[in-house]
Amino acid sequence: MSETATSLRLSIGGMSCAGCVATVENTLRAVPGVSEATVNFAEHTASVTGSAPAEALIAAVTQAGYEAAELRGAEDEAQKEAAEMAHYRRLLRKTAVAAVVGVPLMLGGPLGWLPALSTPSGQVFWLLAGGATLFVLFYSGGHFFKGAWKAFWTHNANMDTLVALGTGAAWVYSIAVTVFPGLVPVLAQHAYFEAAAIIIALINLGSALEMRARGKTSEAIKRLIGLQPKTARVVRDGREIDIPIGEVGLQETLRVRPGEKIAVDGIIIDGHSTVDESMLTGEPLPAAKKAGDEVVGGTLNKSGTFLFQAKRIGKDTVLAHIIEMVRQAQNSKPAIGRLADRVSSVFVPSVLIVAVVTFLVWFNLGPSPVLSYALVATMTVLIIACPCALGLATPISIMVGVGKAAEYGILIRKGDALQQAGRLTTVVLDKTGTVTAGRPAVASLLPAPGWDETRLLQLAASLEAGSEHPLAEALIEAAAARGIVLLGLTGFEAIPGKGVRALLPGGVQQIQEAAGLRQVQAPGGAAGHQVLLGNEGLMRGNGIDLGSLGRDAATMAARAETPMYLALDGTIAGIVSVSDPVKPDSRDAISRLHAAGLRVVMLTGDNRVTAQAVAGQVGIDEVLAEVLPAEKSEQVAALQARGEIVGMVGDGINDAPALARADVGFAIGTGTDVAIESADVTLMRGSLHGVADAIAISKATVRNIKQNLFGSFVYNSLGIPIAAGALYPLFHLLLNPMIAGGAMAMSSFTVVSNANRLRWFVSGERRP
Amino acid sequence: MNHLAVNLGGAAVIGLIVWWFWLSRPRARQASADTPIDIVVADGVYTPARIEVPAGRPVTLRFLRKDPSPCAEKVVFDGFNTVRDLPLGQPVDLTIVPERPGEYEFTCQMKMYRGTLVVRNA
Repeated sequence: MSETATSLRLSIGGMSCAGCVATVENTLRAVPGVSEATVNFAEHTASVTGSAPAEALIAAVTQAGYEAAELRGAEDEAQKEAAEMAHYRRLLRKTAVAAVVGVPLMLGGPLGWLPALSTPSGQVFWLLAGGATLFVLFYSGGHFFKGAWKAFWTHNANMDTLVALGTGAAWVYSIAVTVFPGLVPVLAQHAYFEAAAIIIALINLGSALEMRARGKTSEAIKRLIGLQPKTARVVRDGREIDIPIGEVGLQETLRVRPGEKIAVDGIIIDGHSTVDESMLTGEPLPAAKKAGDEVVGGTLNKSGTFLFQAKRIGKDTVLAHIIEMVRQAQNSKPAIGRLADRVSSVFVPSVLIVAVVTFLVWFNLGPSPVLSYALVATMTVLIIACPCALGLATPISIMVGVGKAAEYGILIRKGDALQQAGRLTTVVLDKTGTVTAGRPAVASLLPAPGWDETRLLQLAASLEAGSEHPLAEALIEAAAARGIVLLGLTGFEAIPGKGVRALLPGGVQQIQEAAGLRQVQAPGGAAGHQVLLGNEGLMRGNGIDLGSLGRDAATMAARAETPMYLALDGTIAGIVSVSDPVKPDSRDAISRLHAAGLRVVMLTGDNRVTAQAVAGQVGIDEVLAEVLPAEKSEQVAALQARGEIVGMVGDGINDAPALARADVGFAIGTGTDVAIESADVTLMRGSLHGVADAIAISKATVRNIKQNLFGSFVYNSLGIPIAAGALYPLFHLLLNPMIAGGAMAMSSFTVVSNANRLRWFVSGERRP
Repeated sequence: MNHLAVNLGGAAVIGLIVWWFWLSRPRARQASADTPIDIVVADGVYTPARIEVPAGRPVTLRFLRKDPSPCAEKVVFDGFNTVRDLPLGQPVDLTIVPERPGEYEFTCQMKMYRGTLVVRNA
């Protein structure tokens, strides 16, 4: 295995003493395939030589109680491209050599340049031509013969088998006719060296073109990889130095100046700035960042300068995860491709059988010279058959489609989701944070008689101080804006789908007085005053009379505000209403979903009137309001039971069960946090246009796959019979094997090129 | 006579194709679950192409791609819902736990490179 030995470097975290060095070194050396491992304590790095992959080394070090990450640069991709380019040039050289021999022989026949085989000088010429063709078969086509031979001994047959048999048979027959012309009738005395050479040339050319076209299919990944800067400025021993990105270690301090890319993931420790994250999330507005905030590698620092500490490097960064997720999705295969897979797996031996049958039919029933006809038809069958186009049809389109989606900040987890998204009939949208901005603000304060706005807000905000509900933040912010001091409440209890309850301690009279709260006699003594904040259901359930406030609440709800009643010791204190503005582009995005023939349903725990008001603003078809969080997935299931194919759009955490239940779950607006396991599709930007884009890309991709599958099935199922001579009885047409070679070479290229058309997909949002 | 011989020969070749490619199997390389199994990806074939492992224990297949052709760039395990990229010249480990005995194919995307993982009762 010496030729496979590679060397790699790891950043090791958690080493506190020299003793750790020995532990880590021994751990690494114990991994199978490691020939040498050295740890540098000062740099906190390890250099490992051998055939063990990085994953095995990282797993071993982690198991030993340390942290490890691979230190690597962009050289992997550069190496890959260099290797591909070298292979591409090699294929073109092989094409040229085969063409130099094949083209004159091909043109010479019709133009009458070539001598007849029956003359002695002709025989010498054709022997030389046979020698030159043999050189072509070795130099330009050697890999087909080698591959066919090796595959044969593993009981497999592949493309190489077909090409080697087709061209090999042509050469053997031609050389036999050249050396022993008397073996066959005069009419059959024809050599097919030009066919062998031209077929080899065309198939090499086809492979080269396919390779170039394939390079374009992975452009999305290359763009993501290109986001990573090559160098980083680290602060070591008080000095700022530029080092290759692959050398940055965990916990190192890095400096970022205006206009520079952030090298790795970390947390700002000093300074502030705005950061453009659009390249990852598609979100056009830069995000403000200050000390304590997280920054993500690959994003662009705009205005300020700051220091941050590296928390994730190498393969652990968000960018690396995105790349990995896109790669994995590109590798996954949806159900649509399974038939092609089944056909591919028996394809080549079947073609071999068809070739033998073709030979026998021509031999028994064909016109004279039977041997020539039989050979030409057999060779053509072998050469025209193209299992590669069938096998490539699905994965190559998935590759481009998933990559295109990533460009729009849409991360698709697997190919099945891509296929399914195009079949959706209903899209269910969660309201808060999906249709609306998810940043609610206090819209109105309506105190009951005896209360004022300040005291109402103070008590409501104090009650919500212990809650993580998005509405809580709005109240607390509004209280802070008015300089209101919050009260110390106890015994918080969230009542799902209804509101929250707490106790205002009876013994904290001085707080109440300081806050200007009116004196209330605690029922039953000293336990405290019961405070309730929530919807109408919560109030009625506790027997609280709403008085005329019920009508006011309805007016607020009709304005798309969410009214919350506050009650103290069973008496209504007022209404605090919060409104969450709809996102500016929600209406347009929902129109696009309608235009795509989808029914749009909004699901919310909010009251029906508010939900209807929001729905009216953006054009929602159906509203499912006052749904408890736990019921969301049941609502999705109910729609499925009605025969709908449901896409659920919500946040990846609260809506996880509903996302998992839906046919396709879309997690929206998660920014750079891509670790959403419950979602089939992660929309990194907060806009609903992402849903419309994902569905449009899905439809375009599935259409592209169908075109590819149809094309390659039709190509093979028509091409093989025509090559076998199906048109001969009626039209006296027999396909030239060189044309078959050209067709075969172009079939894979056509599939890849068709998939590449997906790269020109433009979102409906961006179209003029 | 000539015709009969050619026809019989043709029928025999068809029989051989069916037998060799569909009915018979190459000898499997026995592999233990403890050490990674090296599989070279070159010249249109996986070597070894048939590997026998015990059921219920994790097994690591270490692929080394030597073929620069894009056909070899991915290995697909349909039975395990797994696809791996195979960078040229870099060993790639794929650890799987084959629970049920049976034959599991691994192939390139176009099904031209083909190998079989034979899982036997431990």
